[in-house]
Amino acid sequence: MIKTEHLSKRYETVTAVQDVTFEVRPGEVLGFLGPNGAGKTTTMRMLAGFVTPTAGKASICGHDVEAEPLAAKERIGYLPEGAPSYGEMRVRRFLEFIADLRRLEGSRRRARLNYVTERLQLASVLEQSIETLSKGFRRRVGLAQALIHDPPVLILDEPTDGLDPNQKFEVRTLINEMARDKIIVISTHILEEVDAVCSRAIIIARGRIVADDTPLKLAARSRYYNAVSLQLERPEQLAAARTALAALPSVADVEVSERDVRITALPRSGAAILTAVSELASSKGLALKELHLESGRLDEVFRSITA
Amino acid sequence: MRNVGIILRRELASYFATPLAYVFILIFLVLANAFTFYIGGFYERGQADLQPFFAFHPWLYLFLIPAISMKLWAEERKSGSIELLMTQPVKLWEAVLGKYFAAWIFVALALALTFPIWITVNYLGKPDNGTIFAAYLGSLLLAGGFLAVGSCMSALTRNQVVAFILGVAVCFAFLLAGYPIVVNAFQSWAPQALVGAIASLSFLSHFESIAKGVLEARDLLYFAMLIGFFLFTTAVALDLRKAD
Repeated sequence: MIKTEHLSKRYETVTAVQDVTFEVRPGEVLGFLGPNGAGKTTTMRMLAGFVTPTAGKASICGHDVEAEPLAAKERIGYLPEGAPSYGEMRVRRFLEFIADLRRLEGSRRRARLNYVTERLQLASVLEQSIETLSKGFRRRVGLAQALIHDPPVLILDEPTDGLDPNQKFEVRTLINEMARDKIIVISTHILEEVDAVCSRAIIIARGRIVADDTPLKLAARSRYYNAVSLQLERPEQLAAARTALAALPSVADVEVSERDVRITALPRSGAAILTAVSELASSKGLALKELHLESGRLDEVFRSITA
Repeated sequence: MRNVGIILRRELASYFATPLAYVFILIFLVLANAFTFYIGGFYERGQADLQPFFAFHPWLYLFLIPAISMKLWAEERKSGSIELLMTQPVKLWEAVLGKYFAAWIFVALALALTFPIWITVNYLGKPDNGTIFAAYLGSLLLAGGFLAVGSCMSALTRNQVVAFILGVAVCFAFLLAGYPIVVNAFQSWAPQALVGAIASLSFLSHFESIAKGVLEARDLLYFAMLIGFFLFTTAVALDLRKAD
C-alpha cells in the first residue's frame, strides 16, 4: 500500500506540493492528472525517495520513505520523468547494471532480463547504445528498468510519452495486466489514458488535490453527463430541432455544431432525457444519422477544475 | 559495499565507451614525458632518478584531474540520470565512493602506463627503486586528493565547465597553500595559528616529502583526511541539491 499524509514540498519561493493525502491499495491503478507544473512529478519524486518532503509523510508497503529509504526503494519500480538513463551504455549492459543493483541473480536474473526484453520489444536494440535510440525506445528502456525486479509498487511518470499509438496500446495492455496484483501510480496528461488504464484518478492543481474519484464518476461531473447528441441527415432541420429540444422541460441547454450537423441536448442536473429526446425526434420527423447518450467528458471536467 | 563495486564497474566502463579515456591517457603520457625531457632536463642532469618526472605531476594534475572529475556529478544532474541512480536501493555514500574510486582507478591506470620511463631510468643507471615506488604512491595520493576536490565541485553544479573551473581554482589554492601567493592573503589579518594551519594544508609540501621517498604517517594521514573530507562534502552537497 502507498500511503501519504499531508505531504508537502516547499522550495524557497514556491510551494510545489501542499498537504497531499491519499492511499493506494493493491489492484488499484491511480492516475495522476494535472496541468504542467501542478506538482505531479514532485509528488512522485517524494514517493520514490528522490525529493525529501518538507512536511508530511509517505510510506511504501509500510516503510516510511525517509526513515527506511532502502526498504521503500526496493519495493518500487520507478520511471523518472523523461526516462533518463546512461546514454553511452548499451541497452543490455544498462539493464544488467540495474539488475545488479536490484540484487537479481542466477536463473531469476536471466528470466527477468528476458521477460522485460520481450515484453517491451527491446531485442532488436540490445546491443545499441541508448543515446542512439529513438524517444520511444528510450522510454521503453526506462520502463524495462522499472519492471526488472518485479516490484509490488510501480511509479511511472508519463509512461507513454513519446510512444506511437501501437506502442501506447502495448504499454497500456502491460499496465492492465500488471494491475491485478500491483499498486500502480502513473502520471499523464493524456486523458484517454485515464479511461484506458486507471481505476482511479487524482487531479492535482497548484500543488493540491482537487479531485479524487473513479474516472467514471469524474466524468459524471461533466455537464455532458447523460447529454444526448443527435446527428441529423438534413442540415435544414437543425434550427427546428434546436427550438424543439430547448423547449423540453428537462433540457438545460442545447449546443449546435453546424460543421457535422450535430446537436447536443444537455440535461438539467440529474435528469434523464434520452427517452424524451428520442420521442421528440420521431414526432418532429427528424432524419437521424446517429443518436447517442454521452457518458460525460473528462477533458471538460479537467478544464473546469484546474483552470 | 557490493553496490560500490557495481557502480564503480559501470563508471569505469563508461570512461572507455567514449573517447574521453583515450584522449586523457594520450595527453597525460605526452605531457608527462615532454615535461620530463624538455623542461626537466632528464638527460642533462646526468642522474639516474625520476625527480624531473614527478616534479611536474602536480602541475599536470592541476588541469587534467578536474577534466576527469568535472563530469562525476554535474553530468548525472544535467542528464537526469542522478534521479535514476538515487531511486535504486543504493546508499548515497555508496554512489559517491563508487564513482570516486572509478575515477581514481582510471587515473592510476594512466599513471601506470608511464612505466617505460621507469624502464628507461633502470636501463640508463641504478636508481633507487624504493624512492621511485614511494614517488608513484605520492603521485597517486596527490591525484586522489585532486579528484576528491573535483568530485565536490562537480556535486555543486550541473554545469561541467563551472565544475572544471572551480576544480582548478580550489586545487590551485590547495597546491600552493604553503606558498606566499596563498599565505600572504591571510597573513595580514588572520592569527598566526590559522596561517600556519593553512600553510600545512599544502598539497605540494606533502607530495614533495613523499616524492623524496619519505613515507611518513603524517603525509598519508593528510591525504586520507583530505579525501575523506571532500567526499563527505560531496555527499552533503548532493543530499541537499540533488533534485534542483
